[in-house]
Amino acid sequence: MTAPRFTTVTSRVVPLPAADVDTDQIIPARYLKVTDKAGLGTALFADWRLRPDFPVGKPEHAGAEILLCGHNFGCGSSREHAPWALVAGGFRALVSTSFADIFKGNALKNGLVPVVVDPATHAALFAARAADPAFAITIDLEARTLSAPGIAPVEFPVDGFARRCLLDGVDELGYLLGHLPAIEAYERRT
Amino acid sequence: MTARTMFAKVWDQHVVVAPDGDAPAVLYIDLHLVHEVTSPQAFSGLRARGLRVRRPDKTVATMDHSTPTKRGGLALADDQARSQLAQLTTNCAEFGIELHSLGESGHGIVHVIGPERGLTRPGRTIVCGDSHTSTHGAFGALAFGIGTSEVEHVLATQCLLQRRPKTLRVTFTGVAPLGVTAKDLVLAMIARIGVGGATGHVIEYAGPAIRALDMEGRMTVCNMSIEAGARAGMIAPDEVTFAYLAGKPGLPTGKAWDAQVDAWRSLASDPDAVFDAELTIDASAVEPMITWGTNPGHGVGITQPVPQPGSVADPNERAALESAVRYSAAVPGQSLLGRHVDVVFIGSCTNSRLSDLQAAADVVRGRKVASTVRMLVVPGSAAIKLAAEALGLDAVFVAAGAEWREPGCSMCIAMNGDMLEPGQVAVSTSNRNFEGRQGKGSRTLLASPITAAAAAITGVVTDPRTFLDGSQP
Ligand code: SF4
Repeated sequence: MTAPRFTTVTSRVVPLPAADVDTDQIIPARYLKVTDKAGLGTALFADWRLRPDFPVGKPEHAGAEILLCGHNFGCGSSREHAPWALVAGGFRALVSTSFADIFKGNALKNGLVPVVVDPATHAALFAARAADPAFAITIDLEARTLSAPGIAPVEFPVDGFARRCLLDGVDELGYLLGHLPAIEAYERRT
Repeated sequence: MTARTMFAKVWDQHVVVAPDGDAPAVLYIDLHLVHEVTSPQAFSGLRARGLRVRRPDKTVATMDHSTPTKRGGLALADDQARSQLAQLTTNCAEFGIELHSLGESGHGIVHVIGPERGLTRPGRTIVCGDSHTSTHGAFGALAFGIGTSEVEHVLATQCLLQRRPKTLRVTFTGVAPLGVTAKDLVLAMIARIGVGGATGHVIEYAGPAIRALDMEGRMTVCNMSIEAGARAGMIAPDEVTFAYLAGKPGLPTGKAWDAQVDAWRSLASDPDAVFDAELTIDASAVEPMITWGTNPGHGVGITQPVPQPGSVADPNERAALESAVRYSAAVPGQSLLGRHVDVVFIGSCTNSRLSDLQAAADVVRGRKVASTVRMLVVPGSAAIKLAAEALGLDAVFVAAGAEWREPGCSMCIAMNGDMLEPGQVAVSTSNRNFEGRQGKGSRTLLASPITAAAAAITGVVTDPRTFLDGSQP
């Protein structure tokens, strides 16, 4: 199985400051009737995209791979369709002050890296983007750093195992299957 | 031995491989619940690798999200829904998984049938590709939602790679007043800590107001844990739990039952166990709750005003409240009492159990649903539907002018044909009031079954206590 990989990304950012963006907004439920993972790009923020002021999907953001989002991004439903749609929409990393638990795990499993920064850095990134639409960020998973012109590089926390999987292309299920003898022993014991 | 929380006891018992270096723990899963929406890609993944389902005997499937609930004619929403249901049938047949199909006696919402069938038990680890798996924690199980990749992991190995979450104990002191239900208690908690307030934590609910709840009320509370961002919610099993479980299929009887109960009793947190965080809520000060905005944290006591966004200092928070006010058309500074309601929905894995239907029926009995209101009553399972009909509840609802439907998720998620029209307002007993959750442009006010039923009769948001104290005609 080909596992997702990630080393670094340097890209312009799409600003989406709203807090508590839930996965029902990222992909509305009516798009969940699919039986495969492909082709969800048009479902990404399907309802919010209809608003004239909504950034995702606008031509000027074409090619941007980093979503700069608000606090507690990805709350609500556990649907992995949310990261599938974000990846299909061209995103490779998300930057916020926090992410919802299930969403964060789902994102990492799809090569979409959730980067948590402190509120001051978060505000500085939004300000820099507002001042310059071409403002670009670099996310380096190996070094665990976020850097950008005019902003001091910051280290970000990331689950060590998820990081290793993404850097080395480790297939998580393959890894888990490697523990089958221990699983069998557990089943005999209990 | 150091004092342990209930969470720690269940977790420790299920660690197959301890965390090592940066590798997380391998955690054993006792019960895997499966539904049609979050499983097809996982089964495809298994096939692509040539794997089998490792423990079909620990896996149970149902159809609930995209199934129609219309009586008589079970027409599907569309071809996509049809193919999703057909896939689940094929997958379960191919991999030997017990499936409760549409129309069968064991059919229902995944978080309703687990407990009902005796599959949800104290001390078990339970997962499902569904965030409201937290419901099952009401029995002292460690139950949490997972994504589809993890569904594939559990199908293939019966295990998950997991980081140990933190613990938060929420103690509800005092006695809940008349008209204040389990739903109101949990909405009050979410209003207090916000939709991200319990992120990274497993909540243990404790205190006299929790002990006083029946199992159905406890499930309502644990169900909404995820709406505070929690990984799971748990309640220590007690006599109420054991009485609910006694006689369920697959459980022991006689001496073996007594031994089982003793083992379950020992799961409770040790008296001096330390939690990472603590919160106390005075249940006697909670009012019937209702949400006004676009997330479950936007709850207020039913007589209380919608907050003024202008009074919030943080600019992002203020912008979020302003956007919620705009979408919901709520009026800051005023309570919701008297607000026009188009639809009342009694159902969902939060509030579709027999006691929920009984409570709503008690409000509706002998009265008429307002002519401007569409009221849907959707039992959580085929078994609940039968039990309600045996009590004549269907007749109560139908006589009042409500629709009595087949079991399913229905208007909780609006991917099955049941939904609001754009701009319509629903008082709903479900768990999410996100934008568009009940249909494009829908506006959802979350509340308890009695608050919802009261609104159905009057056609406007109404204090349910007026139906309990005799002040309503
Ligand atoms: S009733 Fe609603 S919340 Fe519960 S499982 Fe169904 S869709 Fe999810």
